[in-house]
Amino acid sequence: MSEQDYMISMQDVNKWYGDFHVLKDVNLNIKKGEKVVICGPSGSGKSTTIRCLNHLEKFQEGKININGTDLIEDVKVVRHIRSQVGMVFQHFNLFPHLSVLENLLLAPTWVHKKPRHEAIKTAMMYLERVKIADQAHKYPNQLSGGQQQRVAIARCLCINPEIMLFDEPTSALDPEMVSEVLDVMVELADEGITMICVTHEMGFAKKVADRVIFMDAGQIIEENEPHEFFDNPQSDRLKLFLEQILSH
Amino acid sequence: MAVYTMKEAKPAPSTSKGLVFWLRENLFSTIPNTLLTLLGIYFIYTTIPPLLDWMIFDATWSGTKEEVVKEGARWIFIIEKFDQFMYGFYPEALHWRPNLVAIISIIFVFFIPRLSSIKIKFVSMLLYPVVCFILIRGGLGLEVVGTEKWGGLMLTILVAAVGIIASFPIGILLALGRQSDNMPIVKTLCVGFIEFIRGVPLITILFMASVVLPLFFSDGIEFDKLLRALIGITLFQAAYIAEVIRGGLQAIPKGQYEASESLGLSYWQGMILIILPQALKISIPNLVGSFISLFKDTTLVLIIGLFDILAMVTLTNSDTSWLGFEIEGYVFVTLIYWVFCFSMSQYSRVIERRYNTDH
Repeated sequence: MSEQDYMISMQDVNKWYGDFHVLKDVNLNIKKGEKVVICGPSGSGKSTTIRCLNHLEKFQEGKININGTDLIEDVKVVRHIRSQVGMVFQHFNLFPHLSVLENLLLAPTWVHKKPRHEAIKTAMMYLERVKIADQAHKYPNQLSGGQQQRVAIARCLCINPEIMLFDEPTSALDPEMVSEVLDVMVELADEGITMICVTHEMGFAKKVADRVIFMDAGQIIEENEPHEFFDNPQSDRLKLFLEQILSH
Repeated sequence: MAVYTMKEAKPAPSTSKGLVFWLRENLFSTIPNTLLTLLGIYFIYTTIPPLLDWMIFDATWSGTKEEVVKEGARWIFIIEKFDQFMYGFYPEALHWRPNLVAIISIIFVFFIPRLSSIKIKFVSMLLYPVVCFILIRGGLGLEVVGTEKWGGLMLTILVAAVGIIASFPIGILLALGRQSDNMPIVKTLCVGFIEFIRGVPLITILFMASVVLPLFFSDGIEFDKLLRALIGITLFQAAYIAEVIRGGLQAIPKGQYEASESLGLSYWQGMILIILPQALKISIPNLVGSFISLFKDTTLVLIIGLFDILAMVTLTNSDTSWLGFEIEGYVFVTLIYWVFCFSMSQYSRVIERRYNTDH
């Protein structure tokens, strides 16, 4: 397959923070509709990797192609790519001065220039889908963490993205709220959207991932389909990592 | 093993409520606190009643100055000179024009935040200063009143209002410029401007505006004295506003910028829709503090020959038929300043509460 056939293609991507080499020759090709989970210890470059995909981080070497468009430093290209890539953050990053509904309307009305009434209709549909339509007129700080993260997911869906990136979406949640967010993500996965998720929720990885990737020290160490990945790890580093996170 | 049942909430015991409890808890809780309470009461007792006597009960409110018999304040001086305190040398027949501006301003201040349509808000914000300017200065069929005749409280408010309104957008741009790490030249210019202005007293800037600025213009051009003062004050205030807003900008988490970028919003869309509304909201107390300082600082325009309310009081005190009324004049000015500054601070609280969304 050539790079044009992939939804996401990263070739030999290298990134430095000053002199610190954070991403080392990262190669990653993801097909349309594929679900990929990335895990690894903190500081391994997994968040940086997915943040490069919508240009929240710049990279110095290598090539990234998103749905047929090369990611270059050009305002129009970056905007075009961001209009196809939704990103869900660890700390939700909802806009606290706007109601839930207004949070969802921003991108459709200002970036995609949709008429307001149409945008409201779409927004309410997605709020319905994440089971939170009754909270549309509340402010983010009046909601629980799990509800806020579901709003954040709906906010991404409103731009009708081809790709969804999840950056540790459940790490900041109380244990009781993790499952309500994961349920929404599983539903999304079933609908066939292309998805990259940085997470340590191994149950989620087993359930929805087509592929699990293990990163350490800025490089991809091992990748495999989930059952092999967890039951039959090859590298010592991954064995140690799995032991650490599964031992309690 | 043990399992416990859920319990109902009970009312608090009555010994932790009531007036006596409050007094004991807050005013007489310890011996030092009791002493401080008594001292405070004594201080209030010795200062407030004489002040009230002088200002109200023993005061003279009407008649001529030859008829004054009471020992208190002789407010007849203020009543006699009231128009000059308010309008300076503005022609008496035209006082309705500044009055109308005052009414428009009050309506503006109270109703603008309540408007829901951004378009109407924007248009009225553009229209408001134009209407006020034409009403006060004249033109479009209204008799023209030169700025040398403007004075009194009218001038004080005008200078403060122009300083506040004009410095605000400039301050925002300066703050954003100072934050723009990817544009080093812009950043350096903004930092240079802000630090220069903040390192110089307002009086110096006013002197420069009135004495030095005209040197740069060729002889034929007469540059209005008030306009020069307004430019100086606006630049001065903009530097302070910029620093206040920069503080607000720094308090906005990085995630807000990232979320706005990742949704595809442009720099200016992100700033106007997401970052600035939040940054300005947390800056309200400091912004208003800075506006209050400016309101009081406007009185410095008297040193370049403009007659604000304080200058008018000093001037009327040298009126030979009204000598010896300084105290009444300055107390009156004090009250006026206090009323305005206190109102601004209350207004800021109202605005703060209106935009509060954390609960």
